Amino acid sequence: MKKHTFRYPGLLFILPSLLGVSVFVLIPFLDVVRRSFTTVVTGEFTGWKNYQTIFANTAFRLAAGNTLRFLVVCMPILILLSLLISVFLDKQVKIGQPLKTAYLVPMAVPVASVVIIWKVLVHKQGILSGILIRMGLETVDWMNTKYAFWVLVFSYVWKNAGYNIVLWMAGLAAIPESIYEAARVDGANGWQMFFKITLPNLWKVFYTITILSLLNSFKVFREAYLVAGDYPHDSMYLVQHLFSNWYRELSLDKLSAAAVVTALIITFFVLQLRKVFYDEEPDERSRKRGGRR
Amino acid sequence: MKKRVILLILLLLAAIMCYPVIFLIAGSLMSRQELTENLSPLFDENSTSIISMALLPIYPTLKNYVEVLLDSPEFFVMFWNSVKLTVLTLLLQLVVGVPAAWGFAKHRFPLKKTLFTIYIILMMMPFQVTMLSNYLVLDKLNLINTHAAVILPAGFSTFPVFIMYRFFHDLPNEVIEAAKIDGAGNIQIFRHIAIPIGSAGIISAMVLGFLEYWNLLEQPMTFLTDQSKWPLSLYLPEITGKTAGGAFASSIIGLIPAILVFLAGQDYLERGIMASAVKE
Repeated sequence: MKKHTFRYPGLLFILPSLLGVSVFVLIPFLDVVRRSFTTVVTGEFTGWKNYQTIFANTAFRLAAGNTLRFLVVCMPILILLSLLISVFLDKQVKIGQPLKTAYLVPMAVPVASVVIIWKVLVHKQGILSGILIRMGLETVDWMNTKYAFWVLVFSYVWKNAGYNIVLWMAGLAAIPESIYEAARVDGANGWQMFFKITLPNLWKVFYTITILSLLNSFKVFREAYLVAGDYPHDSMYLVQHLFSNWYRELSLDKLSAAAVVTALIITFFVLQLRKVFYDEEPDERSRKRGGRR
Repeated sequence: MKKRVILLILLLLAAIMCYPVIFLIAGSLMSRQELTENLSPLFDENSTSIISMALLPIYPTLKNYVEVLLDSPEFFVMFWNSVKLTVLTLLLQLVVGVPAAWGFAKHRFPLKKTLFTIYIILMMMPFQVTMLSNYLVLDKLNLINTHAAVILPAGFSTFPVFIMYRFFHDLPNEVIEAAKIDGAGNIQIFRHIAIPIGSAGIISAMVLGFLEYWNLLEQPMTFLTDQSKWPLSLYLPEITGKTAGGAFASSIIGLIPAILVFLAGQDYLERGIMASAVKE
């Protein structure tokens, strides 16, 4: 009766995908690792020299510093703001869903459309400056001063808040109502319930959101690029700008070394997420099932 | 009272979130004269006025749309490039991604855990990290400056595999066992059980994918040297006094497919976002 004698049919299911991934990313990445230890022109082995070069490079330091600063500023703002919105949104029975839709809209707005708006908003004589004037303040040249960095922060929060709100609200919905009821019976007030029940139960979601936000933050380059081009104000010159500039200059040695370093950092963070992703590992389950038999 | 204040703040934030879209719509319906008056500092270095933008045009007109749709052939080319890149990428993701997700979710084979970890790591890599790898292969295969240079690497993205995996994973094993007892083979189980039951996951991955690929920026910019091959996401019209209206109108036209997919698939979008993070 059995037609398929192959022991692992699952391998056949993943084979097309795995082949493509290997051809387009995995195998060439090995080549990138090799290149990171050689010179561009002659292909001679140079050891750690490319790595030393990038870490000594002033543009790299500027970009890495900005990227780090961007993360340290953005992530707390984004995470706390979306948590705050979610907690209040969770209690809005009637208007909750349409509001959530509104918060998700930026996810669907193409970056190219955003650019026009940003140009009008943050122009030296733009709408934001207009608001400042009405408040009796001086106008600001947003894109050519240190404020460029804050424009980027705002773009990131604007774009990603909806995504995080969906995650927070899923976390909130998972907290059983009965815990709150029991606390209410014991006479707990709103704040006590928030700090003693809500927050502790959101720990895991918080952890996930933090790491996903970190990884998503790399995409802010799209906005940065479209608003300010290849060479933006120093304060918003990110690692991603540097990568694409090296690519254009064909500095493949530096680009390889930087790609390897970034890949290592990201792998480190993803591995921190393993606990969440692997919660229901199929292997574990089959072991459990085996135990029952 | 306190409740009202909170509601007010929530509404205000929602307004800020949606303001850009409303703003674009308003701008696209304004006449050239009205736009020139409102936006003069953008076109004229010596202008001392401040940009202002009404939420409603004084004399709404569809002229800008007519101009974009009738007089700018390059806009059409880019629009169709976008459609082509997005549709073909998503198709490839379906063809290779659905079976892969099923394989990871419900089959056992050696090195599965390692491979899956590699998939997760790859899905988190920003383009800049894999850019050089992609380039080396595409260059070898002579695909640079063809649409395949964008479609192939994106089509093999591991992100949809991961999303669909999460949905397939929730399918009770008993269903599969029962089908096996009835004599169903692996292919039959995949076709008649996995795909129908996992369709929510497949749609979620497609909705997230559409929003991603309709907005693609770095990949076409890096691998397509010929501007006639660019998608709409790279269409950056010059904003001058003459063309501002067209710029607004073309942004709105580029936005429409994304908004439609978003509104039609919001439920799936939310489920997809949750699948990307929270244990169900």
